[in-house]
Amino acid sequence: MNDRRSFFMITCIAFGFAFLYIPILSMMVFSFNASKLVTVWDSANSPTLKWYYSLLSNEEILDAAWISLKVAVINASGSVILGTLAGFGLARFARFRGRFTLNAMVTAPLVMPEVITGLSLLLLFVALEQTIGWPAGRGITTMTIGHMTFSMAYVCVVVQSRLATFDTALEEAAMDLGARPPKVFFVITLPIIFPAILSGWLLAFTLSWDDLVISSFTSGPGSSTLPMVVFSKVRLGVSPEINVLATLTVAAVTLIIVGVSLWMARSARAEKLAA
Amino acid sequence: MTGRGLVVVLPYLWLLLFFVVPFAIVLKISFSDVDLAIPPYKPLWEWTGKNALAIKVNFNNYVFLFTDSLYIKALLNSLKVAFFSSLLCLIIGYPMAYGIARARPALRNVLLLLVILPFWTSLLLRVYAWIGLLKANGVINNVLIWLGIIHEPLTMLYTPFAMYVGIVYSYLPFLILPLYANLEKMDWQLLEAAEDLGCRPWQAFYKITLPLSRNGMLAGSMLVFIPAVGEFVIPALLGGPNALMIGRVLWDEFFSNRAWPVASAVAILLLILLVPFMMWYQSVQSNESAGSK
Amino acid sequence: MIDVKAIPAVKASPWNDPNVRPYVRLERLTKSFGDFKAVDDISLNIYKGEIFCLLGASGCGKTTLLRMLGGFETPTSGRIFIDGDDMTGVPPYERPVNMMFQSYALFPHMNVEENVAFGLKQDRVAKHEIAERVATMLELVKLGGFAKRKPHQLSGGQRQRVALARSLVKRPKLLLLDEPLGALDKKLREHTQFELISLQDKLGVTFVVVTHDQEEAMTLASRIGVMDHGEIVQAGTPTEIYEFPSSKFVADFVGSVNIFEGKLTEDEPQYVRIASEELGATIYVSHGISAAPDATVWAAVRPEKIYMSTEPPDGTDNTVRGAVQDIAYLGDLSIYLVKLPTGKIVRVTRPNTSRHAEAITWDQQVYLSWDASSPVVVTR
Ligand SMILES: Nc1ncnc2c1ncn2[C@@H]1O[C@H](COP(=O)(O)OP(=O)(O)OP(=O)(O)O)[C@@H](O)[C@H]1O
Ligand SMILES: [Mg+2]
Repeated sequence: MNDRRSFFMITCIAFGFAFLYIPILSMMVFSFNASKLVTVWDSANSPTLKWYYSLLSNEEILDAAWISLKVAVINASGSVILGTLAGFGLARFARFRGRFTLNAMVTAPLVMPEVITGLSLLLLFVALEQTIGWPAGRGITTMTIGHMTFSMAYVCVVVQSRLATFDTALEEAAMDLGARPPKVFFVITLPIIFPAILSGWLLAFTLSWDDLVISSFTSGPGSSTLPMVVFSKVRLGVSPEINVLATLTVAAVTLIIVGVSLWMARSARAEKLAA
Repeated sequence: MTGRGLVVVLPYLWLLLFFVVPFAIVLKISFSDVDLAIPPYKPLWEWTGKNALAIKVNFNNYVFLFTDSLYIKALLNSLKVAFFSSLLCLIIGYPMAYGIARARPALRNVLLLLVILPFWTSLLLRVYAWIGLLKANGVINNVLIWLGIIHEPLTMLYTPFAMYVGIVYSYLPFLILPLYANLEKMDWQLLEAAEDLGCRPWQAFYKITLPLSRNGMLAGSMLVFIPAVGEFVIPALLGGPNALMIGRVLWDEFFSNRAWPVASAVAILLLILLVPFMMWYQSVQSNESAGSK
Repeated sequence: MIDVKAIPAVKASPWNDPNVRPYVRLERLTKSFGDFKAVDDISLNIYKGEIFCLLGASGCGKTTLLRMLGGFETPTSGRIFIDGDDMTGVPPYERPVNMMFQSYALFPHMNVEENVAFGLKQDRVAKHEIAERVATMLELVKLGGFAKRKPHQLSGGQRQRVALARSLVKRPKLLLLDEPLGALDKKLREHTQFELISLQDKLGVTFVVVTHDQEEAMTLASRIGVMDHGEIVQAGTPTEIYEFPSSKFVADFVGSVNIFEGKLTEDEPQYVRIASEELGATIYVSHGISAAPDATVWAAVRPEKIYMSTEPPDGTDNTVRGAVQDIAYLGDLSIYLVKLPTGKIVRVTRPNTSRHAEAITWDQQVYLSWDASSPVVVTR
């Protein structure tokens, strides 16, 4: 690449990353600001951790976070099972009845506007309650079902694309040595694609933890999730506690993502060397 | 049942029940009347008397959508906003994806991680960050005033501008990632071959890179366009009361007016509009994965 | 070039004995992908203790045939019998057959020992017996000290031996090897070829080996099956294949050869004469052939069977004159390309020993001649 071109590229990338990161950084900086006005730096009393204490003693937010955590963990675990099955089927079985439909049903939730998914799920739950009496009312169960429906699609994509680069000779070799297909899956395929499944789990967890729209449609009284509480607060304007929440979220995400990426890069290297 | 059937039957039934069947119900309810009951709609069919089944289909909700200009305006505006947002994402995202794909491998992974990180951080919180940047006494205005470039704060929050910024900002990673995945597979020797055959660098880019990355651009743009048409959170937080977006209209019909049948009709209309794009996206995706094998 | 003397002597020839039951029998085996026939109506017998090599150009269907033997592809039609049992629809995990994969397919998350033990564990062999057999097998492939290494900590040759040990430890009736030595350098490859032969000798397993390296096939095989476009065009011992190819394709594919097109002018039981315009002379062959009178035939003469001299040789049969156009020095021998007056280029090889006092150089006029027994006449 010549110098002029690379200068242009570097400018573009720098601008792009500035665009992506300045809002996040500004939230982090102002989370230490003492002023309730949030964006006006109160240099006399800042930096301070006062909003951190205030957030961590906010019952409403803590309750909502607890509900979000429960939903996210159940959702992630369920989505990983459903998504891995679907991804495995689509990647490994060249043709089976319903393959086209399954493929379409897995792709659509990725792009479907959330308001539509949310509304349709709610109407389903209402109709089910009217006809068979289940689910009685809405709450954590209905929300989790809703989240799983779109999270599993993401897991499926992750698993499918990992399996696309998986050397099928490994599975054939195991079968050749006498392992039946289910055994092959659990002893060979699963351990090798485990990093992808782990990132699918994390992805599903995050999607659920962050979801506002589908939760709003499918939650019931007393089961407000963290994003729902944040949304109602933010609608009233900026609040220093939200900055703190954002900072903590970014810190946690960064730690986990960087950690997992390093670990995955290491195991990918090992596999490449073996191939 | 065969072993294969056993593997896919569970996800298949799950998606059928919780993703496909609900649309049938939405369709059904979009033909019902509003009712002051719980749930707030009248049943579509009823047993009247002994064995008579009365089916009351009405198209009032749809007629209503087309007579009240609000809905059509909202729909058109959503399409417009989504289209220009995708375009802006493409303009900002292409050089980034390209730059990352051509960076040294070690640097490439770091840059990629930097694109993915915001994607893992709550959308709601990232949109919220822009309120702090854009509002009258927000960071941008404060900085501009401090620099002496302006004297009165600019009105940026609750304008279409804010909404575009929010959408482009939130959906940018969705465009960069598929585009990067596409560009990463590219054989860069093709460019050298083109230059060797007499193309100038820009021509080589225009004649080789751009056409070869077509599927990546399409997939990425679809991933921005389709959800953006129905976007709710960003217009609600950044767009102000006048931001007429169809996702928001649906939400308000449902939560504020409790007009479930109207909301359903809006959803069906939106769906009919988006299904062709979704099918397009799916065919682009399968081309892309067929090409990579 | 192929050193014919290095070909191991065939101990017995069960394929010539109608009373010996074949160990593997393929009956009219066909595999189609869409309307493309990757394997086309192959019938073949392989006998116990053989090393049978499938040789052919890229894409001719070798891997597909092997994968059908292993159970990874279902034949479109035809049947496969192993040791008398019909194996056509039996899945890989129930076949008494093991495969050594071209990519080795070592499980990256298991160490050498676990890889080798994998197949025995599937058969629920007792723990102490597994340990014992794995240890013996690792000794056999000289990897005793590497039991705890992961595949990515091994060299290419070591990985290849782990893969071999893993597929042999189950004592399969039939071992399939898909280009087993493809990833190794020339020296290691030659070394491993002889190791394979001695291993096969020790264990008595029947091998089917895929390769597109004809030298490798010559070294390893008890018999070679030459494949072309999904068919086996000739199956026979390396000597048969090399000395008596049944078609132009086989003659040309196995080793290099000069082929002269001509017409049969004299057809006697003891000899034939072929008039070749290409050669600008008649070819006299001292054995009979079966062909229609006046048919177009091809005479194939191996480059190492052509004598080259500056003086005219005795006799007039099988002699032509030409000019040396190019010489390639290959160390132990040299290749000469001689242009005949007809324009035909003939390839001749001569060992580089000091015996050849007369140095032949570029543009020199030379006489080429060969024994009447040397040409092989083929009709297709
Ligand atoms: N799954 C498949 N679908 C369609 N065609 C296939 C498939 N597998 C193989 N073929 C085709 O069948 C033919 C034979 O393939 P095969 O892999 O058996 O060749 P090969 O002799 O092993 O070649 P090589 O020496 O290159 O490994 C090829 O033309 C190939 O394109
Ligand atoms: Mg092959």
